[in-house]
Amino acid sequence: MSLDTVAIAQLTPEVQQPFAQLGLQPDEYARIKEILGRRPTSSELAMYSVMWSEHCSYKSSKVHLKQFGDKAPKSDALLVGIGENAGVVDVGQGYAVTFKIESHNHPSFVEPYQGAATGIGGIVRDILTMGARPIAVMDPLRFGPADASDTRRVLPGIVAGIGGYGNCLGLPNIGGEIVFDKTYAGNPLVNALCVGVMKHSDIKLAKAAGAGNLVVLFGAKTGGDGIGGVSVLASETFGTGGSTKRPSVQVGDPFVEKILIECSLEIFAEDLVVGIQDLGGAGLSCATSELASGGSGGMKVALDKVPLRDPSLSPEEILMSESQERMCAIVEPHKLARFLEICEKWDVTVTAIGEVTDGERLEITWNGEIIVDVPPRTVAHEGPVYNRPLAQPTYINEVNSQKVRVPIPSSANEIKSVVLKLASSPNLADKSWVTSQYDKYVQGNTIQSQPDDSGMVRIDEKTHLGIAISTDANANWSYLNPYEGAKLALAEAARNIATAGARPLAVTNCLNFGSPEDSGVMWQFAESVRGLADGCLEMGLPITGGNVSFYNQTGDTAILPTPVIGVLGVIQDVRTRTPMSFDVAGLNLYLLGDTYEDLAGSEWAFMHDERVGQSPIADLAREMRLIELLLEGHNEELFVAAHDLSQGGLSAGLTEMVLRYSTGATIVLSNVGIDLISESPGRVIIAIKVEKSDALNALAAKHSITLTKLGTTGGDSLVINDCVISLQELSTAHTSTFPKLFG
Amino acid sequence: MAIIVVDVMLKPEILDPQGNAVASALPRLGFTFARSVRQGKRFEIEVEGEPTPDQFAEVEKAAEVLLSNPVIETYAVRVEK
Repeated sequence: MSLDTVAIAQLTPEVQQPFAQLGLQPDEYARIKEILGRRPTSSELAMYSVMWSEHCSYKSSKVHLKQFGDKAPKSDALLVGIGENAGVVDVGQGYAVTFKIESHNHPSFVEPYQGAATGIGGIVRDILTMGARPIAVMDPLRFGPADASDTRRVLPGIVAGIGGYGNCLGLPNIGGEIVFDKTYAGNPLVNALCVGVMKHSDIKLAKAAGAGNLVVLFGAKTGGDGIGGVSVLASETFGTGGSTKRPSVQVGDPFVEKILIECSLEIFAEDLVVGIQDLGGAGLSCATSELASGGSGGMKVALDKVPLRDPSLSPEEILMSESQERMCAIVEPHKLARFLEICEKWDVTVTAIGEVTDGERLEITWNGEIIVDVPPRTVAHEGPVYNRPLAQPTYINEVNSQKVRVPIPSSANEIKSVVLKLASSPNLADKSWVTSQYDKYVQGNTIQSQPDDSGMVRIDEKTHLGIAISTDANANWSYLNPYEGAKLALAEAARNIATAGARPLAVTNCLNFGSPEDSGVMWQFAESVRGLADGCLEMGLPITGGNVSFYNQTGDTAILPTPVIGVLGVIQDVRTRTPMSFDVAGLNLYLLGDTYEDLAGSEWAFMHDERVGQSPIADLAREMRLIELLLEGHNEELFVAAHDLSQGGLSAGLTEMVLRYSTGATIVLSNVGIDLISESPGRVIIAIKVEKSDALNALAAKHSITLTKLGTTGGDSLVINDCVISLQELSTAHTSTFPKLFG
Repeated sequence: MAIIVVDVMLKPEILDPQGNAVASALPRLGFTFARSVRQGKRFEIEVEGEPTPDQFAEVEKAAEVLLSNPVIETYAVRVEK
């Protein structure tokens, strides 16, 4: 194909362009022509098509996401908010922490290992570009039924990819989730979270200010990886047809990324960059247009200077390539020499490809000919915005009006059977088969990781300041009531870090949904966003950023609405953290919170294929009182252990606690059936020394939280009323599921 | 007895970190001939007697399903006497 330049485009308005194949709508194409006053060149079309894709432009979600700003609670902790690569939070002692989740769902379905690996790579670079040293990753995952053949294909590949890339980078994997549901068959969710730490003064932003400053590309060479990945892959539903649209897969190289991290941090430390951006989805198109519009707007780039792995790439392909491990920096000319020196030291390929101008246009040339001449804001930020129709789907009233019908255990045998079934169900079973493939302790700062309630890492080795993170989503509740579901997930994530004694500080999210062109899905999305925004406002937790992944569906079947919420908190001294379980006998066990007949959306209902009823209503005021109680109890060293109750209710919570350190418990329950399987939110099991009972009673009364004595610790069985389950039997049930399924 | 050989290579457009590592190690050891290196893998499958066309077709199928990852790799099957 011959080169399509701006000059040619002006002379040949009649040329037919494949905008539809690139994922653009006719009116979007018309708008591009209107912006430019001519037809776009093929390179411009490539840029607009990737940047205006759902994945990059948030065109369907923008109108809703606005609420995160509008309803933002006042917070002194937030140093950098939504809009940058990742938000930054003040955690005290001069430290700032940045964290973010992103989805890599579709690439991970196509090529599980590389899809998941590059998902980790991408989010790590996002954190790096803020100026932070990445210190840990987490990954919430969703798969089709555990025994489905496609799950057996994608799960081992995804897990190996996360482990392979993360372990090579030397980043501990401190948690996540694995949930199975038939709606994720053919559309697994791979969300990756990364957290990084820096000093306040080290924060870097994505902007290209100062005419004459240089645009410098560094990192891996550009190849044909994932071309069109953004527009064709992430924004269209998989057909049943198969391979015709399959783009070339991005392959990650964690060792190059590791070098890129060290090289970038050295460059940051010497203050050699004005602005920086990583190359992720939409590659150079995204980096150049976002950097330019972050500054005054003017930038000139000579695309032919981009170092190529495959010399046959056309300019359009170079602009769209999603080759991994690349970064783009804005560097003042007098600092370039030092910049190049550092890159040479680390053996990182580096090229100045352009400069910032005082104009307002992004101009890209190919061997001297102008192939792109656009106002960068129209590419990066002023894409189409859709107020898509939304309507409450008919299933909502139908399922909400029905009652969950499941067997309720009462006899000793029934209790035993329920506890063992829950312990071994794939969603609740021991996940060591997966997490043992991840390096959880590298760097030596990991305090907590799976199966603890949250991941916790130390960030200062002298003061023992630490941070804790938990990610949660209960898609079953979100399906029944997306508004409450989002609030409940937020509350759960916050609770999960408070049990250890960390104070919740900030929120990130990854919103995984079906097609936004389906009004029912759009309603689920809008309700989830509204719920999350209201919840964050009420709990006083700012949202620092997030990610939206639409088009998660196979044919007409959308996935369950899956808003994954991540909450980050801070703990002053990690040595004081409250563990999730106990290893001594003779402690008293208590339940904090109220248990109602909340069976809708529960694991027990899920196991009986009962996807009906009404989700619990989130009582965030009570959740906040519970969190305050937990933090106060932690400060007073009241608790020996604290463990959040969520999926699987008290049955799963007790199972996890007694198996953690192989110390049994004897429990007496008055309403044993419901008590065991209900998943009422806002509940925590705590273990205390007997002599602390009065103090605990006083604390619970002070925060108006219901306190119920459950029993005592000790022995080698879990005893519930007259039902005795040996820890060995319970452990076998809990730990054999994954090895049996995935070998 | 014959040996059916399956050669598996990454597709040309796919990044090959191992090949790159080899390519950058060569000059360090004084070998200066390589412009680039791609690394693949080779399977040698022993079969009884002369391979039949059916057998050959089966190996091709196995190459597609198990020995290679057709999303990112290509394979070539041949008989070695």
